[in-house]
Amino acid sequence: MSKVFVFAEHKNGTLKRGAMELLQAAQKSGNTVIGMVVGTGAEKAATEMGYHGAQEVHVIKDSNLDAYNPELYLSALSSVLEKTQPQILLASATSTAKDLFPRIAAHLKTGVVSDCVELSISGDSITAKKPMYSGKAFAIANFENSPLKIVLMRANQLPVAAADTSKTMVLVEHALTKPDLKTVIKEIVKGASEKLDLTEANIIISGGRGLKEAGNFKLLNELADVLGATVGASRAVVDAGWVSHGMQVGQTGKTVAPTLYIAVGVSGAIQHLAGMSGSKVIVAINNDPGAPIFQKATYGIVGDLFDVIPKLTEEFKKVLKH
Amino acid sequence: MKIFVCIKQVPDTETKIKINPDATSIDTTGIKWVINPYDEYAVEEAIKYREANASAGAQVFVLSVGPSKRVSEALRTALAMGADEGIVINAPEDIDCYSTARALAEVIKSEKDTGLIFTGKLAIDDNASSVSQMLGEFLGIPHATVVSKFAWSPEGVSVERDIEGGAKEIINMTAPAIIGANKGLNTPRYASLPGIMKAKKKVLKEIEFASLNIPATDIKVKYSQLSLPAEKPSVKMLMGDSAHQVAELVQLLRDEAKVL
Ligand SMILES: Cc1cc2nc3c(=O)[nH]c(=O)nc-3n(C[C@H](O)[C@H](O)[C@H](O)COP(=O)(O)OP(=O)(O)OC[C@H]3O[C@@H](n4cnc5c(N)ncnc54)[C@H](O)[C@@H]3O)c2cc1C
Ligand SMILES: Nc1ncnc2c1ncn2[C@@H]1O[C@H](COP(=O)(O)O)[C@@H](O)[C@H]1O
Repeated sequence: MSKVFVFAEHKNGTLKRGAMELLQAAQKSGNTVIGMVVGTGAEKAATEMGYHGAQEVHVIKDSNLDAYNPELYLSALSSVLEKTQPQILLASATSTAKDLFPRIAAHLKTGVVSDCVELSISGDSITAKKPMYSGKAFAIANFENSPLKIVLMRANQLPVAAADTSKTMVLVEHALTKPDLKTVIKEIVKGASEKLDLTEANIIISGGRGLKEAGNFKLLNELADVLGATVGASRAVVDAGWVSHGMQVGQTGKTVAPTLYIAVGVSGAIQHLAGMSGSKVIVAINNDPGAPIFQKATYGIVGDLFDVIPKLTEEFKKVLKH
Repeated sequence: MKIFVCIKQVPDTETKIKINPDATSIDTTGIKWVINPYDEYAVEEAIKYREANASAGAQVFVLSVGPSKRVSEALRTALAMGADEGIVINAPEDIDCYSTARALAEVIKSEKDTGLIFTGKLAIDDNASSVSQMLGEFLGIPHATVVSKFAWSPEGVSVERDIEGGAKEIINMTAPAIIGANKGLNTPRYASLPGIMKAKKKVLKEIEFASLNIPATDIKVKYSQLSLPAEKPSVKMLMGDSAHQVAELVQLLRDEAKVL
């Protein structure tokens, strides 16, 4: 039987949703599911991985792995991969994974495909669908000459089954061999937002120049609080300095694919659409019926956002209470 | 000291994508080719560094892998921005990230006195964000990607890397190192007219990909079944006054789209 290896990220021992999605997909493939998780809290996360279908989970609890260092992670991962010899590796396309796995692929002389939105596993082979040309096309990636096929999936693309707490896994602990480091992480500066990152958020509310000034983003923050959403922005307002660059959606910002994307006072320039057109449901609120954003939207409201948004916040409050 | 900047030539962001009948590539007729936007930040940072450290006598080399006739244009543009020399690695259209990184590594290895290597964080055509890290591995030097701040000292390189939630990692690396540029690193200059004139006289060396002896087994990923995004059903516009629009929207999101 083939082995599918899932590398999971966690927050204080709680698995990220993306990892649960991948465990579910790995399990469905009928292959042996091997997990790996590192850092403080890894053991708790490993138990959760078991609930979601991992049969065997490799952990390195070393707190040196709490922050991402490419060299330490390369050393940790490659030693476990050498021991377990899987044919397929799945991880969520986070900023850590996207940085790390191409380096691991080069190290293991194998292939990697990042930012995938669909995958199909059959035995030891896997194909994955991914966006190209800023989402203006999709392609199927096929591996060749790759002893290990590495696929990085975007979050929120696959279903997650409820945790089955009757399931157990075999825990395998390893120690970290620390190589001579050329890279040192001096500091991690926290972002302004405690909310889920745009790339992980299930609901995103984005504001554009239609908001008129920075202070008016408070309208969107209020709506976001009610919905548990993350606030994003167009480049125009990032360039104007109203909000930070980390909030920019689009070709030179983040690519997102939430379940619900609400664009408020955003015209829908092609570079903005490049970052969000993969969203499942798109709502556009704009006072110009000719705004291009309406062509990509599922639902459209032509109206003044300063009138619509407060009413929408109230309406959601009413409905979500029940 | 030599500073290398790897640049990829990609279709302009406004390009309308058409797919070839065999669905393994796009129809390139009429496409306007540009330097990958993130690679412009990489070129700018390299030139800025050279200018700020004139006494160090650094030289900026721009490299590109691809069909030589086409990618030479991108290299000329980078030379017009102020890079010193260009190297084109004449390669077929469809080699993957792994082979591209192998080729870049072979060429950079053959040069002496490499101080820094700049790349973009991502090429907007294949959306791979892989070549920089692979190049780092093949050269055995550290890398950092998604970099929005860079400083150099003889002891090494200090960078800020953008991660989730607006957070940043502050990283020190020994030199030589690879820096994958993000937006925000700088504001790339335009090629001036005198710059364009000067660029015509700058050296643009050509190396054949085939001469680098990279085996065919170094192709690890191939793309097929290219498709355009599925057409969304046309938008449902909500009518009436705003109170009515809002009530209908919330009802549709809950009962029709089922996303609440
Ligand atoms: C190389 C390149 C890369 C780029 N990358 C990105 C990127 O990553 N992300 C990005 O977003 N852009 C990007 N852009 C910029 C993009 O082309 C647009 O300029 C930008 O998206 C416009 O932002 P906007 O929609 O907020 O502003 P505008 O286009 O000015 O739109 C504002 C909208 O608000 C509406 N409006 C005004 N008042 C109200 C009101 N009271 N109520 C309701 N609606 C109102 C208007 O009708 C209008 O449609 C890029 C451009 C280039 C050239
Ligand atoms: N064909 C190429 N020639 C030169 N540099 C490249 C090439 N492909 C990718 N790169 C560099 O690697 C970065 C990341 O590209 P990618 O891994 O394709 O997303 C780009 O921003 C370039 O700096």
